[in-house]
Amino acid sequence: MPRITRAEVERVAVLARLSVSDEEADRLAVELDELLEYVETLRQVDTRDVEPTSHVIPLATPMREDRAVPGIDPELALANAPERQGTAFVVPKVIDGEDGG
Amino acid sequence: MSEPLATLASMREALDAGAASSVDLVEGCLARARAAQDALHAFAGLREEGARAEAAAADARRASGARRSPLDGLPVAIKDNMVQTGEPTTCASRILEGFVSPYAATVVERLERAGAIPIGRTNMDEFAMGSSTEHSVYGAARNPWDRARTPGGSSGGSAAAVAAGLVPGALGSDTGGSIRQPASLSGVVGLKPTYGRVSRWGLVAFASSLDQIGVMAHTAADCAWLLEAIAGHDPRDSTSLPEPVPRYGETLDGDVSGLVLGLPREYFVEEGVDPEVLSTVRAAVSELERAGAKLREVSLPHTRYAVATYYLIATAEASSNLARYDGVRYGHRAAGVRDLTEMYHRTRSEGFGAEVKRRIVLGTYVLSAGYYDAYYRKAQQVRTLLRRDFEEAFRGCDAIATPTTPETAFRIGSKTADPLTMYLSDVYTVSANLAGIPGISVPCGFAQGLPVGLQLLGRVLDEATLLRIADAFQARTDHHARRPAEAP
Repeated sequence: MPRITRAEVERVAVLARLSVSDEEADRLAVELDELLEYVETLRQVDTRDVEPTSHVIPLATPMREDRAVPGIDPELALANAPERQGTAFVVPKVIDGEDGG
Repeated sequence: MSEPLATLASMREALDAGAASSVDLVEGCLARARAAQDALHAFAGLREEGARAEAAAADARRASGARRSPLDGLPVAIKDNMVQTGEPTTCASRILEGFVSPYAATVVERLERAGAIPIGRTNMDEFAMGSSTEHSVYGAARNPWDRARTPGGSSGGSAAAVAAGLVPGALGSDTGGSIRQPASLSGVVGLKPTYGRVSRWGLVAFASSLDQIGVMAHTAADCAWLLEAIAGHDPRDSTSLPEPVPRYGETLDGDVSGLVLGLPREYFVEEGVDPEVLSTVRAAVSELERAGAKLREVSLPHTRYAVATYYLIATAEASSNLARYDGVRYGHRAAGVRDLTEMYHRTRSEGFGAEVKRRIVLGTYVLSAGYYDAYYRKAQQVRTLLRRDFEEAFRGCDAIATPTTPETAFRIGSKTADPLTMYLSDVYTVSANLAGIPGISVPCGFAQGLPVGLQLLGRVLDEATLLRIADAFQARTDHHARRPAEAP
């Protein structure tokens, strides 16, 4: 019984801001299902009271002096812009309600 | 037997003896790289003018007695996921088409400060996601030992370039084996340092808790020089470690007597590994025993869960890191869009290749509401157990020896249809990234004419012991000096 349906792939693709064709969604559903079945093996591991590792080397939060240093030149920062105006990146309009977040 | 390929050390000797100039060396590399490009696709791009100018400057420094370091004037190559000022960086992806970096990665700055000369950007799997350098906008890189086969990946371009003698040393990055696996498949030395040993400032992020930059060359001694040049704390990377950098080159005395090598029983099982690879690695371990090392069986009981743990963590982190490619500030932007949402969707769908999309979707899924605890958190807990396995094992040994890969170089196209099969080629390498420990692959023989790698894993920040064992092994063998069919 596949746990991943095409609709599930489409839902996740929207979260990741990817468009997938019907064909891609069908293929991804099969592949993800296979991968998720493989990672199911982790269920066999007893992890009660095991701390999760998010960072391998214990590090204190490094602190530095709060001192102003030169940042990147705005012209350089904008040099790769697909579209720019003055010192701003130009993007298409944001339609109300569609991308309000 | 033909002349072995040039190493950083032999090039430096040529410079010291006045037998060659840095300009000669750089021109030679550029000419070989151009000539081999159609056959091997090792490079994403060459940096001809800049490299020539820097070579001339290095020659002038040498003439005036102002040599910067042992690497001064020597050519190197940089994987196409580390930025160089004024040069493109694409990660072999369409989404970074046209991007020219306004700054340099710390590793690039440090190599340049040492006088090394980057001659080009090497081919890779898109965003370092892959084990074969087939997922690339530049076309599949090919193995110099057999062009029908992959050099491994994702640092396959760096491995192929060094193996074919196009350049004596290169930088790679290793998230789950991307330096060690191609080094093994291509017959070169590849070192992944401890997580945090080398600054990742200017490395395009894939999986931030696993990524580490490392070095590839023909010999452990060359790797020691390169590592010494790039390692060390960097205030711009908060995960870089403050510990001082040892003089790695000076610890290579060829002496391994008394060192204890751990042989994990989970890695020396017959299942899932080419028997000839296993027997070649066993013979290499025996060679080290004859050199004075002591062997001890150790156990890493959670090994069988490493690949699953890795793919959950790596894809989750990748889905987050790759959110920045949105078409706003740099790289590809879809044309003719009506609004911002459509721009994001179309830009990303046009810009990312199939493997990258697959991993973003998997990573987004495992982080999405309701699945986080079952997948990502669970994987982080198993990661703790994998780390503890190594801590326990290193109580009884100084380094651990394993095969680097379960098989020799596989045929191009043989694994692309089945992602899981491709992922399993990392079965012996992913644990080092999960545990944050250093690992090296050193050429240890051949199976049916294809290189086999011996992997050595070490304690946190103990790269010196790995280099020392690898160097002692190379002093007693000549596998690394054999020339592949495609070396020009």
